[in-house]
Amino acid sequence: MKTPLKVYWKLFRSTFHLSAFTFGGGFVIVPLMKKKFVDELGWMKEDEMLNFAALAQSSPGATSVNVSILVGYRIAGVPGAAVAILGTILPPLILLSMISMFYQWFRENLVIAAVLKAMQAGIAAVIADIAVNMGRNVTREERLFPWIMMIAIFIAVHFFQVNVLYLILASILVGILRTLWREKRGNTL
Amino acid sequence: MTITLLKLFWSFFQVGLLSIGGGYAAMPLIQEQVVQRNGWLTLAEFTDLITIAEMTPGPITINSSTFVGIRIAGMPGAIVATLGCILPSCVIVSLLAHFYFKYQNLLMIQGILKSLCPTVVALIASAGLSILLLCLWGEDSISVSLLQKINPVSLVLFVSAFVWLRRKKPSPILVMMVTGFFGGAVYLMFPNLG
Repeated sequence: MKTPLKVYWKLFRSTFHLSAFTFGGGFVIVPLMKKKFVDELGWMKEDEMLNFAALAQSSPGATSVNVSILVGYRIAGVPGAAVAILGTILPPLILLSMISMFYQWFRENLVIAAVLKAMQAGIAAVIADIAVNMGRNVTREERLFPWIMMIAIFIAVHFFQVNVLYLILASILVGILRTLWREKRGNTL
Repeated sequence: MTITLLKLFWSFFQVGLLSIGGGYAAMPLIQEQVVQRNGWLTLAEFTDLITIAEMTPGPITINSSTFVGIRIAGMPGAIVATLGCILPSCVIVSLLAHFYFKYQNLLMIQGILKSLCPTVVALIASAGLSILLLCLWGEDSISVSLLQKINPVSLVLFVSAFVWLRRKKPSPILVMMVTGFFGGAVYLMFPNLG
């Protein structure tokens, strides 16, 4: 079955539009995509979308790009995935290019420099808030293991400047070993 | 030039490959590549980048790859860095989707994610702490013990923004705008405070 050009165009327009107007990034885009592709266009079922969201979150990289790849592929195969990726990355690519080109000039402006300096405290508070929320989430079901991991990784990265790559690979290894060990004992997670 | 482009590609390829958990998980990785390893941005510029990324649409990884790429090697830099950043996603998402639809079993993936989550939290906390130290003590934030040198405006802004976020859960963009407005006004009126 050959996909009509109209479908690609619609796919591009939808992903472009979603990406251009989704602030806050990450998971915010999933409900919006569900609304667009499931409710409005009827291109896929709701539980498919939820599976895609879970897969996108489990994969490395930006969640919105990952969901776009899956949705694009589901609708129109590899070309569909390419079109969906393009639609998703073009808005930030264009916008940030412009900001980047004007950044030096922007930064030398007295008012903007003062606002950006003040915003450093704001972004520090936002990140602290996110870290607290995420920390609570990961210690909800289990306590000891996540706490040990968090403290060990924090010390390694902050005080010993261990390469993040090794820390992530080590955590993946721990995850694999724990899962195998639990499966062997017949426990589920 | 070619070497710079290759470096950009490889750095953002690592960011794309290792940022599991979406959104803020990528931040410490970008910091490591862009500030510590390659010195493409200072910590203050990196903090600006995070601020800009927070206030504009689009994923933080794409925002960063474009911002850094264009400053280091113009438009080709932006495109190469962005491609490097999404390439691992394309491959791994396809692989995971394939296995998922074949076995309908996410147990191993979930097990891996479970032990990655605390790591991601710790990495984000560490990146957040370095930004906090920057805004409290400036670029050379080694002298943490010097309490008298603390920037009082930043301290007040940070504490009030944090309390506001914990109590009322406002949107981060609103918090940034309010801190930018009030703090910016204070810095402009009393330049010696900054």
